[in-house]
Amino acid sequence: MRKLIVDYSLCNGCGRCEIVCSKAFFKEENREKSAIRIFSNQYGGYHGQYRLAVCDQCGVCAKMCTPMALYVDDNGVWKIDKNKCVGCLICIGECDRGLIYYHDDLPTPFKCIACGLCVRACPTGALRLSE
Amino acid sequence: MNSESQLLASQHQLLTEYRYKHNPIYRGYNNRLLYIDLDSMTVKEKQITPEIKEKFTGGRGFGLYYLWQAVTPQTKWNDPENEIVIAHGPLSGITQYPGAGKSLVCALSPLTHLPIDSNVGGYFGPFLKFSGFDALELQGKADNDVIIFIDGNEHEIRIETAPSEAIDSHILVEQLSDMYANNDDDKSSIAIVCSGTAAENCNIGMLNFSFWDKRRGCARLKQAGRGGIGRVFRDKHIKAIVCRYRGVNGDINNPAEKRLINTAGIRLHKEVANSDHLQNNMRKIGTANIIEVMDQYDLLPCYNYQFGSDPQTEKITSQVFIDNYVTQGVPDGCWYGCSLSCAKAVNNFLLRTGPYKGQRVCVDGPEYENAAGLGANTGTFDPDWILEANFYCDTYGLDTISMGTMTAFAMECFDRGIITLEHTGGLDLSWGNGESLCELMHQMSRGEGFGIIVGRGVREMKKIFVEEYGADKNFLEDIGMEQKGLEYSEYLMKESLAQQGGYALCNKGPQHDEAWLIFMDIVNNQMPTFEDKAEALYYFPLFRTWFGLLGMCKLPWNDITPADNKYSDDPAKVPGHVRNYCQVFEGVTGKSIAENDILKMSDRVYTFQRVFILRMGSGQRCHDKPPYRSLGPVTKEEYLSRENRYDKQLKEKTGIDPVAKSVEEKIAILRIWREQQFETLVDAVYKRRGWTPNGIPKLQKLEELGIDFPEVVAVVKPYLQAEGFWPDYAE
Repeated sequence: MRKLIVDYSLCNGCGRCEIVCSKAFFKEENREKSAIRIFSNQYGGYHGQYRLAVCDQCGVCAKMCTPMALYVDDNGVWKIDKNKCVGCLICIGECDRGLIYYHDDLPTPFKCIACGLCVRACPTGALRLSE
Repeated sequence: MNSESQLLASQHQLLTEYRYKHNPIYRGYNNRLLYIDLDSMTVKEKQITPEIKEKFTGGRGFGLYYLWQAVTPQTKWNDPENEIVIAHGPLSGITQYPGAGKSLVCALSPLTHLPIDSNVGGYFGPFLKFSGFDALELQGKADNDVIIFIDGNEHEIRIETAPSEAIDSHILVEQLSDMYANNDDDKSSIAIVCSGTAAENCNIGMLNFSFWDKRRGCARLKQAGRGGIGRVFRDKHIKAIVCRYRGVNGDINNPAEKRLINTAGIRLHKEVANSDHLQNNMRKIGTANIIEVMDQYDLLPCYNYQFGSDPQTEKITSQVFIDNYVTQGVPDGCWYGCSLSCAKAVNNFLLRTGPYKGQRVCVDGPEYENAAGLGANTGTFDPDWILEANFYCDTYGLDTISMGTMTAFAMECFDRGIITLEHTGGLDLSWGNGESLCELMHQMSRGEGFGIIVGRGVREMKKIFVEEYGADKNFLEDIGMEQKGLEYSEYLMKESLAQQGGYALCNKGPQHDEAWLIFMDIVNNQMPTFEDKAEALYYFPLFRTWFGLLGMCKLPWNDITPADNKYSDDPAKVPGHVRNYCQVFEGVTGKSIAENDILKMSDRVYTFQRVFILRMGSGQRCHDKPPYRSLGPVTKEEYLSRENRYDKQLKEKTGIDPVAKSVEEKIAILRIWREQQFETLVDAVYKRRGWTPNGIPKLQKLEELGIDFPEVVAVVKPYLQAEGFWPDYAE
């Protein structure tokens, strides 16, 4: 299964992953349209100063998708078929870690598809793709 | 299209074709409706004015308003001018908030001869809206069976003869899904309204509204069950209404502020995901989750509402259906975005009787009402018979609630020897005879036998049993569980005064969608005084009416509650969800509202409906009188089943020592007290609702609500004058 692996201890919170993600998929630099999000880790600890919230491709979100818009591809990555998605946002409620995102400008929610663009943009090596 | 569908379609003859211009929806409204006259095969568009929107909001409000315009006080259910109006509402079709796919269907009922409103899920309401119409008005009667096809993408309406398709719904929806979809994938773009063969012969005919279940690969059915609208539908020779719409998304309503809808929707989705399994388990078993709860609290109607529980209930608990029948792990929402997903189904169910015997079918259900009505109330504590009866009700177009209550009445009459095998044509109607229960339905479908008498409803059955079979009229009036001609739904209200009012003071007849107060009243004891009960019977019917104005489902309001709801000011009202509804309403329409505005919107329609039933010959206090079994024990067995409770009540409330009295005497004394209690409640409720002691809305009330239209005032005026409530200033 391909998914994004995060080493929290290496993240410096620069936000490049967020920018590259929103630019790739929505043609704008807007953290609110990124499928990976950096949060300040208020508890600190050995995980480092930041927490990165990104899908680990567990597929729980797909179970309640009535139009069956959420599907798993050959690499084990869960994707949203925009032609089938009706924008009900149930998948967002199903993901108890809040890793599916939406934006009021957009008709459908979005999530990480493990494309790896953020891995290449990350200056510290905090991100990598697992195959 | 498969070869069978091609053959069926080749026999269609086009009667009318109508093209219309599509305009985008604006803030939840199209501002027009579709009118079809089947006498002349005319199709028209009607503008919905801002005033009608302001006064009637949508859904049930539109349905009742346009029905009022169409009929006169003399109109009968089977007159051509009687209409079926299907309307959704301004919030209908949003995908982000659970429960936004409801349609409200109004017509003059063959059971009550009054306007009935019945709500139903499925895709038709939203698709009709996305096709460009806020309501569909059907008037007149076709000469032969027709299909009305609304193509919401091509903006075209066709009326075609349909001579060869099946009439029973489970076959018809599959045929039409195949015929009108462009391909298999397109079947989710097809929504169908249809009924069944028994609806042609019985007053309890209902309408099925379909939705395509992608995972199960079949069409599913939801029902506009109450009041016999299916009979009107078949009497108009409508075989089906088909609406096709491809391209559903969350923005088609063109909402004023999507952010408000999205945030409220996600909030509720999360609540459901986190708490449903800890609360009502709606996702696993839907409304059937309360079968055993009702039994536990002595509220499950058993043996025609004689008793509230039975040891055999253990055979039909929700766990039995979860473990052995209902397909698990698939979303069962009857419209997109319903994370609560209560519409359960049993796959591959093997039928044992009837024309489809030996076939394996998908049964929609069981819902609580089906298990309670077709099961416990007829003494049929057998899940297989419940599901078989459930299936046949659906495909034949029969209302499961009325079917259960009517059969329970006939079975009690059989049990007491009031009717015999001679009357039933040899059909053994002993308690719990599931095979006979199904045979009644098969007779209804074939239009023959005792089933036809049962299918007329409890009110007409009473008349026949008294006039033709010599039964005791008073006894049948006491045990026949109908009021205004509509059969009671499936809760034992005998020990809850508030619920007695909740049923009896319904405008359409005793259905629990207006007020379900049993738990508040007797389990939680939250309404100790008459005024408390009257307030609840003011607030809840109005609040619940609002769902029907908007195209929303009631279940996501209080069948899931926020985790902190119990700490709120008024947990029964679920204040967190009321705030959600205000937010979603503003998000769609752009109008900011508060709880009081909700009540006012509803009160306009609710009061209008009261005047409407008055116009049609009901709507006075005498019409709100319930059968005594809904107020207290009619028979010795009923009294003895709760002897301690009743004895205690006699002693404490009437001051009479029960020890020296016979059971018959105690029943009589208790009856006087309970009937007085009920009348006192009615006084309090009428007063709170702004009605006279005879149940007539006062002129001031109509003015305050802004529904003092001349034709409305003209209806109430003679009654108000007779009662001395016509104000001097109006002279």
